[in-house]
Order: sequence, then C-alpha cells, then structure tokens
Amino acid sequence: MNRFTGFLKKEFLHIFRDLRTMMILFLIPVLLVLIFGFVIKNEIKDAKIAILDLSRDNASKSISSRLSASEDIIVTEYLSSYSQIEEQFQKNLVKAIVIFENNFAENLVRENKANVQIILDASDPNTASLLNSYVSVIINNFISEKFSLNKTIPLEIEPRMWFNEEQSSSYMYVPGTMALILMVITALMSSVSIVREKEMGTMEILLISPLKPYQIVLGKLAPYAVLSVINAVSIILVGYFIFNIPILGSWFTLILVNFIFITMALSLGLLISTLTNRQETAMFISVFVLLLPTMLLSGFIFPLENMPNFLQYLSYIVPAKYYLNAIKSIMLKGQGILYSWKEISVLIGMTILLIGLSIKKFKIRLE
Amino acid sequence: MTETEENIIEVKNLVKKFGNFTANDNLCFEVKKSEIFGFLGANGAGKTTAIKILSGLLFPTSGKVMVAGYDVYKHRNIIKKNIGYMSQGFSLYEDLTVKENIEFYAGIYGLRSKEIKFRFAELVEKLGIQDMQKEFVKSLPLGWKQKIAFSVAIFHKPKLVFLDEPTSGVDPITRRQFWDLIYEAVENDITVFITTHYLDEAEYCDRISIMVDGRIDALGTPAELKQEFNAKNMDEVFVKLVRNNNLQNE
Repeated sequence: MNRFTGFLKKEFLHIFRDLRTMMILFLIPVLLVLIFGFVIKNEIKDAKIAILDLSRDNASKSISSRLSASEDIIVTEYLSSYSQIEEQFQKNLVKAIVIFENNFAENLVRENKANVQIILDASDPNTASLLNSYVSVIINNFISEKFSLNKTIPLEIEPRMWFNEEQSSSYMYVPGTMALILMVITALMSSVSIVREKEMGTMEILLISPLKPYQIVLGKLAPYAVLSVINAVSIILVGYFIFNIPILGSWFTLILVNFIFITMALSLGLLISTLTNRQETAMFISVFVLLLPTMLLSGFIFPLENMPNFLQYLSYIVPAKYYLNAIKSIMLKGQGILYSWKEISVLIGMTILLIGLSIKKFKIRLE
Repeated sequence: MTETEENIIEVKNLVKKFGNFTANDNLCFEVKKSEIFGFLGANGAGKTTAIKILSGLLFPTSGKVMVAGYDVYKHRNIIKKNIGYMSQGFSLYEDLTVKENIEFYAGIYGLRSKEIKFRFAELVEKLGIQDMQKEFVKSLPLGWKQKIAFSVAIFHKPKLVFLDEPTSGVDPITRRQFWDLIYEAVENDITVFITTHYLDEAEYCDRISIMVDGRIDALGTPAELKQEFNAKNMDEVFVKLVRNNNLQNE
C-alpha cells in the first residue's frame, strides 16, 4: 500500500505543479458551463417585434397590448405602412413583425375568419421558429378566450413543456456541457498523463520496477477520477445556484452516475494511451475524436430524432447519450437509479469493453 | 548450481522475433557476479531488445534466460526486485525535486520510510548535494541528472543494474566522475550491465560483447578482443567487426 500512496503523491504533484493542467481541470470547465449557460441560448428573451396594425380595432389592439405585456417580447414600434417593413429587418431592428389586416375584428366576427401575418427574420431559424410559436400562442389564446363558444375555431393549441416548463435552455446545456467536459477533459488528461510517461521514458522504469501494471494504471488514473468528480460536483453547483436547475433526484445517485461516466471516460483515456507514444497524438484523438460525437450525437445540442437513420444508429455508441438520459431523469424528473438501469448498464458495459481492449493492447506490446 | 551462483545472468540460445524480423539471433552469454559487462553494438543491432528481455519488459521467443538466479519466464516479479535500470533518458521526473524523485522510486521498490531517510542522508553526504536536494530536476545540469539517476537506480541495492547509454551527451570529465560511481557500485557487489557508444568507455569494462545484426560477434575482455582482431584499441575492434559484416552483406 505504501508503494501505491507514494505513486499517488507523485501524480498529484505533477498535476498541482503544472499551471496548464490546473487550468484545464478547474478553470475551463466552469467557464464553459457559464458560456454555454448564458450565451448560447435557444429560449426567447427580450425578442423585439414591430406591429403593423391596419385595422386599429378593439381586437387588434388587445392582441397588441398582450404581445407587449409578454415578458419575452418587446414591441419596439407600431408601423403605419407596408413600406416600413423592409427597413425594420434590414437595420436589424426587430426579429418579427405582426400584421393585422384591414377590418380585422369585423372579419373575425362576421366571417369567422381573419388574417394575421407574422413575418419572421429567419436568418436565425431557431429564434424565428420559437418566436413564431410564442406569438401564435398569444394570438390563439386571445381568440379562444373571446370566442370560446364559437365552434369555428376548431383547433386549440396549447403546448406545455414538461420537465422544463419555462423552456429554460440551461436545463439542456448544463447537463450537456457536463457530459462534454467530463468526457473530453477526463479522457484527455488521463491519456496525456500516461503517454507523457512513455514519451519521457519513465514508463519503462515503472514497468521494470516491482509495481504491477495494474497498479501503475490505477495510480495514473485514480487522481483524475477524484478531480473529475470534484469537477462534476462544481458544475452541478454552478447549474444549481446560477441557472437554478432543479435537482429533484438524490445527490448520491447523481454523483454515482457521474462517477460511472467518469470511469468510462478514464478507460477510454487508457485505451487512447495504448494507441500512441506521442502526447500530441493523444491530445488530438481525445479532443477531436471525442468532442464532435459528444457534442453532435448525444442529443445535447441537436435532437437525435430529427437526424438521418445512419446518424441515429451511430449515436448508440456515443456514451454521452446514455449519460445525458440518465442524469436528466435524475435531475429534472427526480427518478431513482433503477429508472436508468439500461443507460447505466450500457456505460458499465462500455467501461469493461474499453479496459479489456486496453489490457489486450498492453499484452501484445509485452510479447 | 555452482555455475548459477557465479553468474548473475545466463543466456542460452536466446531468440527474439518480431514477425519476420529477428532482433536477437541465438544469443549465448553469461555475466559474472560483480563485473562490469559492456554490451556494445551499432544502433539497431538488437541491444535494446536484449535488455528489455533481461529486465522483464519483453518475453523471449525462445531460449533460456536466467537473471539473478531466476527464470525470466516464471519469476519476473522476483527478478524485478533484484534489478535496477537507468535509461538514456535518465528517467527522473523533471517537475519533481531531487528528494521527491528519490523518495518516489525508493517507495515503489517497497523501502520503508525510515530506511529511505537513512539512505537518502547517506547519498546526500556522498554526492555533496546538500544544496541541490530541494531543487527541481529540470534546473540541474545534465551531468548531475545522470549521477542522480544512477543513484536512484541502485538506491534499493539491487544485485544487478542495467545502464542503457547512461553517459550520452556529457563531457569526458563528467563521464569520468560517472564511472567513479560505477566502480563504487561494483565494490558494493552490484553487477553492472552497461551499453555505450563511447568506445573508450568500453576499455573500463571487465568484459565486452559486441552485437552485429542481432548476433553477438565478439565476446571477451578488452585485451582479448584487441588481440583477436589485431587492433590497437576498442575503436578499431568495433570498426573491423562492423565493416566485415557489411562486406559479407554485400
């Protein structure tokens, strides 16, 4: 045991003495969460719109006032003619313009059919489609309230977003960023730290020493396991206190699932370290090979359901997908660990497979 | 059994193949206890492979290899406790201090902390590194790194130490100082197995083997080899051997 603690001490010295390592481990993760949480949002906040009300009747005025009363929408200007529309978009003054036709209220009452046009700036399609549904909901609400007995309004759309009622995008981005950070940083740091020993020639000395290979590997990986768990907890705390993400499930379960994911990332780092003798190569594989699938195929940014079949099948080998499903059900739905048994089994299975492959690669080198 | 007691390394018909390439072609040699055995050869002659097999990093393809009285196939773990190793990369961690490096290596060889303290004090005294012990290895001159790396390799008092080009890149005076440490280790009953590119250093060895193309083509004391090849110094022996081999290949 004495041998092993000496080894751990040395590993921690390597980590704490290297400023770059410390920054990658502790500064970058928190910064990334803040950036993803604050900057990249797909919710509407303070979206500017203009209104062109050609009718100026009671109905159109009440809808307009409802729009401007909405927390997420700011009505910046009331236009008076079609000719002003182009300029509003050209100068990027508004994201959308709502147009009420002539005799809006009259048509509504007499013909049960009136036209509202929403023109959207679709250069940012995400915002455009979100804004479209926001505005439509407000208008539909008004109409169904005023004409609730009227049978000619056949469809009442009332979207309700479960588990994220406010449609807060940080609910999505914080778990997603956690997956990204834990995956890339854990695999990166552990693989680079093992490969560094190979590059420096110190790995040979360790292998010649009475230390068993598994002790060397455990000694190299254990510090990163500890630091990654600390990392995961600090990200959760940032999410909890800064973005008000609820943690409905138990903390213990949440940390356990994180630990399982971290172990998987470490075994991936171990496998990467057996593939190369150069730190740069290990870094390249960790960042580029792991970053893109984790970002694109985990369901973190783009919904998997909308992807071509081929990519959907590919997403089955992306570990972050299972991790995300599991922690979302714990954090946002308050489910226990048994609810996510499939995801957890897949992650554990992947870990065993990766360690098995690493041992095999290692043995080939010996013989 | 008597033979085993006198020899710390016994190699019979050692063959190591990587696919079709034969790195070690039927090697046979012994290393006697407490001698300095020079293991020479051109780059790519198969020295590193042989050292890796002797130190338990690689398994041989065939042949019998005994190190410190134990079979490399069966008793790798016992052998590991009895050997030390220093590579040309001088094998110290640059971001740790001299003291931390020594404590670390002593620790993985299972020395108790009391013992480590005692031997470390002894070493500091011997090398005169009172001022240096808390410095980071990266700030030391190459010569010192090599001396300290050697001291680390024999800190656990192994029966046998492998030195893989330990003196590359330093001036003759530093090399001479390094050899003083080697002689001292031999006096303490540590057998030294050394590879080097400096053929003047070969003269300091008790016996030498010269590898060419995976074979040992010459084996004996420096005096014997010079006589055999009718050469003034080891340089000439080496050149003649390698040139002969090149002629045969053409």
